Amino acid sequence: MADIRSISEAPAASAGRSRHIPFLPEIALLAIGIAAYYLFPEDLALLTRIAITALLVLSLSLVLGQAGIATLGHAVFMGVGAYAAGLFAMHFNTDPLLGLVVGALAGGVFALFSGSLLLRTHGLTFLMLTVAVSQILYEVANQASWLTGGDDGLSGFKTSPLFGYFRFDLFSRTAFLYSLGVLVISYFVIRKIVESPFGMTIRGIRSDHIRMAALGNNVYRQLLVTFTIGGLFAGIAGALAAQTSHVVGLSTLSFHTSGEALVMLIVGGSRRLPGAILGTVIFLLVQHVASAINPYHWQFLIGALLILCVLALPGGLMGLVDSLWERMTGRRASNG
Amino acid sequence: MLTAILVDGISYGVILFIIAVGLSITMGLIRVVNMAHSGFAMMGGFAAAAFVAAGLPFELAMVAAVLFVAAISLPIERFLMRPVYGKSELEQALMTIGLVYVIIAASNSLFGATVTSLTFPSYVTGPITIFGHTAAKYRIVLIGAGVLIAFALWFFLERSTFGLKVRAAVDDASTAQTVGINTSRLYAVAFACGAGMAALGGVLGSQMMPMEPSYALKYLILVLAVVTVGGLGSIMGTFAAALLLGLLDTAAKYLLPEVAATAFYLAMFVVLIIRPQGLFGRGA
Repeated sequence: MADIRSISEAPAASAGRSRHIPFLPEIALLAIGIAAYYLFPEDLALLTRIAITALLVLSLSLVLGQAGIATLGHAVFMGVGAYAAGLFAMHFNTDPLLGLVVGALAGGVFALFSGSLLLRTHGLTFLMLTVAVSQILYEVANQASWLTGGDDGLSGFKTSPLFGYFRFDLFSRTAFLYSLGVLVISYFVIRKIVESPFGMTIRGIRSDHIRMAALGNNVYRQLLVTFTIGGLFAGIAGALAAQTSHVVGLSTLSFHTSGEALVMLIVGGSRRLPGAILGTVIFLLVQHVASAINPYHWQFLIGALLILCVLALPGGLMGLVDSLWERMTGRRASNG
Repeated sequence: MLTAILVDGISYGVILFIIAVGLSITMGLIRVVNMAHSGFAMMGGFAAAAFVAAGLPFELAMVAAVLFVAAISLPIERFLMRPVYGKSELEQALMTIGLVYVIIAASNSLFGATVTSLTFPSYVTGPITIFGHTAAKYRIVLIGAGVLIAFALWFFLERSTFGLKVRAAVDDASTAQTVGINTSRLYAVAFACGAGMAALGGVLGSQMMPMEPSYALKYLILVLAVVTVGGLGSIMGTFAAALLLGLLDTAAKYLLPEVAATAFYLAMFVVLIIRPQGLFGRGA
């Protein structure tokens, strides 16, 4: 019930702030991305992976953080989008932006289709059904090697230069800036959804779905819409992954990818959108360093962090940042 | 062929049952999602291997391992699980997944990343011939043990005072509390019993599901599938689901190895779409 305050106040507070600087979160995100581009020119492949994963986690933040749909199969939509974009580039057209549209459509349509079945259940049954869907799809993609390349992954497709001019180079320069651009635009769209009356409705459903139903909301339909939008953005992330790495692996479909995205979101903070970005950056950077030393130490660290977050830090790292910010300035942070 | 499928499938199902039944009862009773349950099974196997290495005979090592895991589960219940009782399924799932990672990392530093094997006494190894069919003695013993355990458990829950309290609390925890049942102690004891059962399953099944640090994640979905398909809190349901999924998985592996994994998840999917509360679960 403590959520009620954040539901009603958050959009108002952010509207007040954006009167001074519009697009502040997006500008900050873009500035950090471009700074990273110039500071770490050797690590652009890793940075590209971070930007794409951040988009996946951002879409999960909408589904899980805002609407409270607990899923362990969100990466399926990324995988579907990746395969769709890869196959489209291989057989029809290699334009990257068209590929994004195809990936988004594939992820969204599959989310709509599976969500319309799954969202009739909830709790543990829903959780297990999302796992089942991702495992079934994984096995289907594994068996249908004539279409998907099976275990070896889908490869052999090309990506045309972006806008017909910027070629995808070996140093991932175009790949990173392209992914960053898509991430920033997606962030803006998702933020607008979160701040809209619809966003307030789904936060209400998260807090108390029975009361929301009693108020006359069609909870099932609103959750399905959220699930579909989440699948759409995950599909875009998948298309980006396919286009920038020129290969689609089976692992994008697996339940481990979903689990990792979930961990990133929870550690970063699921209630507010910047938490998704923060969690992804920290998770992938620490993983990059720590797993090179000893993969099991890394697992211990992640496990302990998860336990700590659930027991002591319900808002994740972003919640920690917010309470520091509040203490320093005496103002509540916005939702964006 | 048919005999092989039946013997392998049923014995596999029995192991799934022994590991999963504790989870089904605690999930039905406490309504807490515990992703770390297969971790208890793994701990049981590792502990038994360690006790055998320390010189204990197999039978004693098995009992010691079960008690050891039950003892370890008590502080876990008190300090990690109890704070998330009554929170959302997601928070419970995340906390216990964190616990799984910690258990895996700890097992790895204690036992190494490779498979730790447990040698069974000679009287349960080797082949046996029944009605002209030859089968592994180990699997026949497992089937016998499983039926015995299922019956003992059912008898215990139906006839003992403790079982009566458990069933009362599964039906309605707050009313059970009102009539003077100490539910938090009940939860702790049930949790420890469930962990001990999982440890027993881990030891008995170690020939089929070998001990390695990734065990806790590898069989997690399997165990959860058995519990959800069977219906939370139902011993009968867990038994039926374990046999069904065990037989189905084994048959598919024998007959159509390419689609074995799909068959398992498809079965789970179909059951849960038609009956979200599981085969024997009560309506939500």
